[in-house]
Amino acid sequence: MKKEFEVISKIIQNNKRVLDIGCGDGALMEYLKTHQQNDVRGLEPQKNLVQKCISKGLSVIEGDAEKELSQFPKKSFDYVILSQTLQAFFHPEEVLNQLLRIGKQTIVTIPNFGYWKVRLHLLFKGTMPVTKNLPNEWYNTPNLHMCTIQDFVNFCKKKSIKIDKSMCLTNEKISEITKRNMKYKNIFSQLGIFLIQ
Amino acid sequence: MPGLAGLFLFDMDKEIKNIKKLIIDQSFKLDCGKTIRDFPLAYETYGSLNKNKSNAILTFHALTGDQFCTNINPITKREGWWTAAVGPDKAIDTHKYFVICANVLGGCMGSYGPKEINPKTNKAFDTSFPVITIRDMVKAQKYLLDHFEIKKLLAVIGGSMGGMQVLQFASLYPDRSHTAIPIACSASHSAQNIALNELGRQAIMADPNWKKENSTPDKGLAVARMAAHITYLSKKGLQEKFGRKLQDEGSLKFSFDADFQIESYLRYQGSAFVDRFDANSYLYITRAMDYFDLEKQFNGNLSLAFKNTKSKFCIISFSSDWLYPTVENKEIVIALNACGANVGFVEINSDKGHDSFLLDVPEFLKTISEFLRSSYDEINNEKRI
Repeated sequence: MKKEFEVISKIIQNNKRVLDIGCGDGALMEYLKTHQQNDVRGLEPQKNLVQKCISKGLSVIEGDAEKELSQFPKKSFDYVILSQTLQAFFHPEEVLNQLLRIGKQTIVTIPNFGYWKVRLHLLFKGTMPVTKNLPNEWYNTPNLHMCTIQDFVNFCKKKSIKIDKSMCLTNEKISEITKRNMKYKNIFSQLGIFLIQ
Repeated sequence: MPGLAGLFLFDMDKEIKNIKKLIIDQSFKLDCGKTIRDFPLAYETYGSLNKNKSNAILTFHALTGDQFCTNINPITKREGWWTAAVGPDKAIDTHKYFVICANVLGGCMGSYGPKEINPKTNKAFDTSFPVITIRDMVKAQKYLLDHFEIKKLLAVIGGSMGGMQVLQFASLYPDRSHTAIPIACSASHSAQNIALNELGRQAIMADPNWKKENSTPDKGLAVARMAAHITYLSKKGLQEKFGRKLQDEGSLKFSFDADFQIESYLRYQGSAFVDRFDANSYLYITRAMDYFDLEKQFNGNLSLAFKNTKSKFCIISFSSDWLYPTVENKEIVIALNACGANVGFVEINSDKGHDSFLLDVPEFLKTISEFLRSSYDEINNEKRI
């Protein structure tokens, strides 16, 4: 399993109701269901991936998070997961509001646009960064609203979203983000992982 | 003077006496208010029930189906309506599962329906048969669970009207099936669907042979079937299969014979149908579909219909189905999510229209096969623990 999913699954306690938005082929869902007895649902826009999930016995709904989230009642899940997808929405703020409405807690992970390789790429090459985590060109990237770890933290502050946990991943290594190391982490982390409510 | 089809139906009636029937000997109150008792429900089973009775699947048929969902139908001598999905090593594998399928109340393959002889008049009930509903159909079929002493089914499954029965079953009996698989259906019949059914009924009732003794409204029923058949296909599917192809290569006949292949195809569909189906059953069953409104049963809140459900749902629609479009299937998903039920949903890409659920659509068959397999494994693993 991806290191990111390992971190997410550690945040989630056993026997909880979980909704995984953009669940892909259901790898994380499967782990949460079999190892942590979580009651897991998923939402995924790609048919072939939905079929894969259903084949594994995972309850996944085919659909687009920007349209489908309003059908879930308030606080109907203990955790809602959004892994590396926030930047791909047309209206990330609205999606985030929905997540916070549906979930008692929400786990959001974001590819960090403040990562030093990204910065250097733009600084020296003068072209839009293409890295391992951001493999697309500017004209075909699904990412419409890239942000940095600092951006996301600022956003939460502005919108009075409470951050319960903030962590970051660099080369498979996990560490905490604190007020003091924020600037440093914003340069040296590839991925930010936040538990918010 | 009975038509040929009339004679055929007469032969069929004799054969129908030899098929499996459950006699429901309790008084059974119908939604219309009338009470019936001691009535037959014809059914068929495939595969065998395992020791702990955990492999039973109740399959519901659509408007013109019957209990013979696979193999050769012993009455019509044609392939069962769901041969694509049900059988040994197929998606609904009869090596593994015990498949039960009943002819619905109001049907014409041995279950209590308008063809039944009214003991008071010694004639068939025809249109004096009470109007039945989807709920009546489902309640009657639930007696099969008692008959086989099955506490909990592995699945209830069906497409179109069969899917409506799945929804009604899940709502009436929230803890009697581990899974529910409603396919290409809707929780309440739309105005368009009611309109299309009315078209079929009017065709039957406009036939001068309707309600005439010793005759059957074959023309009307055939037209009803032709019209309905168009709604089961997609525009693209029709275009690709028939286009403007002519029966007679290259030349129009300048008459009203079947010039185009599509015309001849529809005429064939119509005439083949009257050999096997009773016109009055067609009236009754389409009526039951029109009356189906699960939302209304729960005062306009569909999610209340599933409030207590313990079933895991797998809802499937088809991209080219305009009769029960994805958006109507999704309304069921929304209602289930609103009450926190366990639901998965996928729309299968297919050009074959509403009929997709009856045909060999690999992605679809794979989805139900795998869903059943994983559900079966889950249930049987749980039991081991």
